[in-house]
Amino acid sequence: MAEPTFTYEAKEQVLVIHLPRELDHHNCRNLRNETDLLLAENYIRKLVFDFSRTEFMDSSGIGILLNRYKEMERSGGKVAIYGAGSQIVRVLTIGGLGKLVPRYDSKEAAIAE
Amino acid sequence: METIMEMAAEEKREKKETLRMELESRSENEEFARVAVAMFMSRMDPTMEEMEDVKTAVSEAVTNGVIHGYAGGEGIIYIEVTIEGRELTVAVRDGGVGISDIKKAMEPMYTTDRTGERSGMGFSFMEAFMDRVEVVSAPGKGTLVTMKKQIGR
Repeated sequence: MAEPTFTYEAKEQVLVIHLPRELDHHNCRNLRNETDLLLAENYIRKLVFDFSRTEFMDSSGIGILLNRYKEMERSGGKVAIYGAGSQIVRVLTIGGLGKLVPRYDSKEAAIAE
Repeated sequence: METIMEMAAEEKREKKETLRMELESRSENEEFARVAVAMFMSRMDPTMEEMEDVKTAVSEAVTNGVIHGYAGGEGIIYIEVTIEGRELTVAVRDGGVGISDIKKAMEPMYTTDRTGERSGMGFSFMEAFMDRVEVVSAPGKGTLVTMKKQIGR
């Protein structure tokens, strides 16, 4: 458990959040404060979620994503996702985020769009 | 007429198997619970998708117990998994605060959370990923969620 849950990468106006292997209630606990701090301190126009390591997500993950999406929408920013596997895509779809947040195959594509 | 082999195979399929677990109500145990249930059901030879569905539903039920049932405090979450033929039953029970209005609690997007971080989709997810979900609860009496799914349809 020494491994940090989330790692961040900020480049110009894009913030990439590398998500953990399991995105559940337990692992979501710190994401909110950390992200909000980063969003407050930097001028971020786009939030990119990296699911390439993530094997599992439940509705706790949806709650976090939905709120970040709303925040970005409020400030006129964008949200994108890349690296999502089959379980993640099904959970995103059932959670109503399937159509809201565009999905890409690579980080480059998610940032470039 | 059935051969001995067919009869043995039939008996094996219909045999009832049960797993019982008692976990402390801690968020760390959410992952343990869903992985243990997935491991147990793997003897039913499920598809990857069926395993993922069950894992998601179990995660939702156990998370409910941790967040709502015991409100982040101490308590035990009881999980009973039964395999009967092709039917999988997962029962998740807590001895926490209970639910006064089950119908309302099960409405999509309904949440008692004030931080705005909870999606309120827990029960909707259980219903989406399992065939049947039944909730028995009363204030002060805890909550029992029983979920069923046919494997290998």
